[in-house]
Amino acid sequence: MKMKKFDTSVKKVDNEEKMSGRAIFTGDIQMDDAYFAIQVRSEKAHAKLKGIYVPKLPKDYYFISAKDIVKENVVNIIASDWPVFADKKVNYIGEAIGLIVGPDKGMCMYLASLVKGEYEELEPVFEMKNSYVHKEFTKGDVSKFKSAKKVFSEEFTTGYQEQVYLEPQAMLMYIQNDQIVVKASMQCPFYIHKAIMRTLGCKEKDVRVIQPAVGGAFGGKEHYPSLMAAQLATAIVKIKKPIKMFFDRKEDITYTTKRHPSKTEISAYVDAKNNIIGVKIHVGIDGGAYVGCSMVVLSRALIAATNTYTFENVSVSGDAYCTNKVPSAAFRGFGSPQSIFAFELFINHLADYLKVDRMELRMKYLVKQGDITSTSGLFRDPIILKELVDKAMEMSDYKHKVKLYSKEKSYRGIGLSMFLHGCGFTGSGESDLIKAQLRIKKDKNDIVTFYTSQVDFGQGNRTTLKRIVVDTLGIPEDHVIYDAPDTNETLSTGPTAASRTIIIVGGLAAKAAQHLKSIWKDGEEQEIVEPYVGPAYIKWDEATMQGDAYPGYAWGVNIVEVSVDPVTYEVNVEGCWSTYDVGHAIDERIIMGQADGGLAQALGWAYLEKEVAENGMFKQRTMSDYAIPTSMDLPVLETEVLDNPFKYGAFGAKGAGELTFVGGAPAFALALEQAIGKKVHDIPATPEYIMELMNHEN
Amino acid sequence: MKISFVINNKKVSLDVEPSMRLLDVIRNELHLTGTKEGCGEGECGACTVLINEEPVNSCLYPAINAANKNIMTIEGFRETNEYRVIADAFADRGGSQCGFCTPGMILVTYSLLKKNPHPSEEEIRFALSGNLCRCTGYQAIVDAVKVAAVKGIKL
Ligand code: FES
Ligand code: FES
Repeated sequence: MKMKKFDTSVKKVDNEEKMSGRAIFTGDIQMDDAYFAIQVRSEKAHAKLKGIYVPKLPKDYYFISAKDIVKENVVNIIASDWPVFADKKVNYIGEAIGLIVGPDKGMCMYLASLVKGEYEELEPVFEMKNSYVHKEFTKGDVSKFKSAKKVFSEEFTTGYQEQVYLEPQAMLMYIQNDQIVVKASMQCPFYIHKAIMRTLGCKEKDVRVIQPAVGGAFGGKEHYPSLMAAQLATAIVKIKKPIKMFFDRKEDITYTTKRHPSKTEISAYVDAKNNIIGVKIHVGIDGGAYVGCSMVVLSRALIAATNTYTFENVSVSGDAYCTNKVPSAAFRGFGSPQSIFAFELFINHLADYLKVDRMELRMKYLVKQGDITSTSGLFRDPIILKELVDKAMEMSDYKHKVKLYSKEKSYRGIGLSMFLHGCGFTGSGESDLIKAQLRIKKDKNDIVTFYTSQVDFGQGNRTTLKRIVVDTLGIPEDHVIYDAPDTNETLSTGPTAASRTIIIVGGLAAKAAQHLKSIWKDGEEQEIVEPYVGPAYIKWDEATMQGDAYPGYAWGVNIVEVSVDPVTYEVNVEGCWSTYDVGHAIDERIIMGQADGGLAQALGWAYLEKEVAENGMFKQRTMSDYAIPTSMDLPVLETEVLDNPFKYGAFGAKGAGELTFVGGAPAFALALEQAIGKKVHDIPATPEYIMELMNHEN
Repeated sequence: MKISFVINNKKVSLDVEPSMRLLDVIRNELHLTGTKEGCGEGECGACTVLINEEPVNSCLYPAINAANKNIMTIEGFRETNEYRVIADAFADRGGSQCGFCTPGMILVTYSLLKKNPHPSEEEIRFALSGNLCRCTGYQAIVDAVKVAAVKGIKL
């Protein structure tokens, strides 16, 4: 048995508690006197809410609705357009019009089923036609498009994806020492903190958010918990009892946020000598009933739209569309998997159209250090994408296989994707919006404690961040204490999102530790608050989308091999080989975990996970209807990381969490194309879709 | 009605309603919260316990059927030598990320290795297929099972 030795890895700090079942997740917290809260949800996709019929409630049972809002009926998500409780109007099926709260869960559910909204229906919109966010930018001189001798255009679509973190949404709220205390399955303690402050109009010190163990998140616990928190906070100031709201899986799949479905149109303008003059791209994403964070998802999708290729002239635009469906929000990759899927397929199809070798065309436009990005920023750092490609090809025997499978009716195929991921918040977001501050202190016994607001929902960041501080200070591991966030102790180091944890917070932790080391006095109490200072070169104008979008980029290559059963149209994934540049991998075992998990989710998105809404209601509402990959759906995943230390990251590290999701779907689709000899434009590529393609002429 | 069973080598007797799931008894009555609920419909395996040494989804298992049976949850299993071997193998390969699937995965690994001490890759993947993990892509878990098999769980 040959298995990689993880020489660079240390023991994960949470291993033992998680394996032994001792880790306390939100649902494991014992609080017997807590009341239950059940959302009462709109049954209409779009309607005026004329009133709400509430039956006479037994003692100790409450109905909480927009009427009970203390200060502001809005959830503090970027756009601030999502109400805590629907008021006068409902905009999607499942939107909360209120809560039933009381001591017995069964009774709460029964009462909730009796509450009825009185509606006057309005025309719902389910298609992507009403834009609520539009963005665009160009590079070079797009008037040159007119000189093209050939124009090639295509359209691509991707579907919804549900996060299916294994632990459904869960929140517990109680009052202690005059504070509202929240324990929840979450990604961003300070998002919840702010959401409560905003709806109640209370002070920072009135709210305390503590993170228990979190059973996966992947973006799905970035914003939705803010809604739950605002609702429970409204209830708790009235009822003054501990309250818990736990979703079962069906509620979670049916009513919480998902990955944006997308439709991307791309045109390439080509001269007589087959040189690409430029490309024009439009990305549309289905944002659902409220904008929430869709403008940021859109912006990431657009910035990534030309993927790993450089063109002189580029026109990029995009819209997020308002539909009467559950709002879409964060999911690993945050918009870029959608646009990169489209572009990776497009450039291959373009090569076929131009009758040139696919790989040759891709290599001709491959981004190099010093190239100008599509937003007219600069790729400053060394790019080792070619090495990543060579290595992945060698691992998979790609060149041999791609020839072998090109024979007719082999029903086997192999596909290669290249991709990048910008780490951290877009542009100057880190310095202007997040303004992370990291607190580190030392007691008289020289025991160091530091605090971040980063949540470890499985990525291993508790281990890696601790290690950064331990190694920087050069003191034994058990002299450093680093616990899960508690907003009473922790300053905000920002959300656990955007692959920013290691590149931004890790860098900040190293700097803070360095600072402490420089003033270290044995046996004395010392404390430092270290603010984040971004690299001075980052200049970004959000309005025009011009400048350097990210402080750094991580890179990857995925190769996927598939076979297709020509009778059942089922696909088998036969092999996956990946190479990544995540700067310097601080802990290889943790990076491998991200690599495997991200790719597995991406393959699920590519061919297994189908979620469709019909008349505003999701059709797949259980885990048996919505199938995520099992151990039988996946092959051995082989991964190598190549070292390319990043100047500004802690110990040379860049982000890795989202990168590993980005390339799976296009590599899969390219493999599928070869296996069936047809072009793929849409995912998920279900057996029905494959049957349709195979039975069509072109 | 009143039933008795052995759980984690201790005999318990308690009143259960016919509609109660074994999972509810374990989590809510006995406060053994290492057993998780991920779906409540038999799809994810987070609620896996061993009943007479066989892995069972406790979310589908009526509590009354547990009468006179021998039940093992992670809280009992973690006291065994076999647990140590498997947990070390999971740690070595990175088989646990968020940890929500992990107690179930560990119990299933034990039951596989007990029956089949040297399983093939396919046999491992088949044995794990009723337990979903959204974090690891299964690679590290499959590898952990192999490592545990090499060490041997009967130490
Ligand atoms: S909770 Fe029992 S199988 Fe998912
Ligand atoms: S480790 Fe998170 S679901 Fe398996």
